[in-house]
Amino acid sequence: MNAIALSPTDIAISASLIAFDAVLSILLKLNLHRQVLWSAARMVVQLIAIGFLLRWVFALHHPAATVALVVVMAMVAAREIAIRPERRFKGADGLVLSSTGVAVATVVTVALALLTAIRPHPWYEARYAISLAGIVLGSVLNSGSLALDNLLSSVSRERPAIEAQLGLGASFHDATRALVRQAIRRGIMPTVNQMSAAGVITLPGIMTGQILAGLDPVEAVKYQILLMFLLAGASGLSAAIIAYLALGRLTDERQRLRLDRLR
Amino acid sequence: MTDPAPSQTGLLIRRLQSPLAGPFDFAVPPGGCGVISGPSGSGKSLFLRMIADLDPNDGEVRLNGTERRALDGPAWRRTAPYVPSEAGWWLDDVIDHFAPATREEARRLAASFGLVEGQFDAPVARLSTGERQRLAIIRALVLDSPALLLDEPTSALDPQAAMRVEIALQARLAKGCVIVMVSHDAGQAARLKAAAYRMVERKLERAAPPEAQA
Repeated sequence: MNAIALSPTDIAISASLIAFDAVLSILLKLNLHRQVLWSAARMVVQLIAIGFLLRWVFALHHPAATVALVVVMAMVAAREIAIRPERRFKGADGLVLSSTGVAVATVVTVALALLTAIRPHPWYEARYAISLAGIVLGSVLNSGSLALDNLLSSVSRERPAIEAQLGLGASFHDATRALVRQAIRRGIMPTVNQMSAAGVITLPGIMTGQILAGLDPVEAVKYQILLMFLLAGASGLSAAIIAYLALGRLTDERQRLRLDRLR
Repeated sequence: MTDPAPSQTGLLIRRLQSPLAGPFDFAVPPGGCGVISGPSGSGKSLFLRMIADLDPNDGEVRLNGTERRALDGPAWRRTAPYVPSEAGWWLDDVIDHFAPATREEARRLAASFGLVEGQFDAPVARLSTGERQRLAIIRALVLDSPALLLDEPTSALDPQAAMRVEIALQARLAKGCVIVMVSHDAGQAARLKAAAYRMVERKLERAAPPEAQA
């Protein structure tokens, strides 16, 4: 694998495109130039920081460092899922259920990949574990937050319909079945779209990166297929776990609808 | 807690309360009807929802001797179904809201409520408020339960349609069913030979019977 090394000059030349965007914004009065420059600067700083952090963690060769970094990344994802919905749980309930969903979905899929398909030595080798966890977490975050947001807003909106069923003696699960199903579908849909578009409409990022870095396209494709399966599994797990845990918190031992637990 | 009247039948409510309303003590004999009136926001719907156990609450509720707590939530609500004043619908077509085994009875009731046959097969969105209200009552009636909790069941109906619903309710009362309902129609309580109550600021009081006022 021979990556073409990038020199600072190469990067500086591509940065001229950002300058072009800024000039465009000024000329067309888009009023975006500040945001463009600021977000470009942020992106550069964040990526350089993570690059050095990863280099440092890789050099440590210590499973604890790998685990610590993955846990921090997972916690950030869980927090995003919990706070993003418009209607959300009071207190720590949302965070507890999103953490559970993120942890299970990520650990199951990443462990599956590390122990069967990729099998680095040792299996917790930071280069593999952290990269895989990072990609999987992106999917888990996306599907979990879509599913949770969809469930909480649809249950709030459909309160009269749910309570009409409860009032006639339906179980809480029967009364909300269609809404949960819809929420999980909503969570998984982006992954399905991503899979069906892969290679035809888009060249997936990981694969493109590997090809640019000099890997044979067919080898890169194999990696991408494996990753897509991981992402599909992770987003399904994350959407389903988070939706069902949230549903459990929306009812109680008398199978009432407890919207008072949301704010 | 000892039960002072183990043979007690009908609906018996003691110290029913929630952070929002109560405590309520309330009883309806079998085949009896309790009608609650009172200003909006006074807690009438809250009271029915508490009996139905749709909002968190404490207290004793017995129906024909069985304590509510002995049943799980859905089983209790099948015994005492609750129909809100603007009941929700969860599927597109009216007919799908009825279990196949209850559809025949539901059609019969719909006809007796003055709904034309086609309305039973129509999409919910095409029905008027009054049609929906009658069909929502039918959803509860087909359960053939020993009690009914009805929140303003005839508020959107013209007097004739309201009368048809009352006839069905009278038939239930004659079979021993207990009915608790919220209604602003003073004549309705009289026609159903109901005990009249007033809800004032989340407290329930027995309304003076019309004769006593005269």
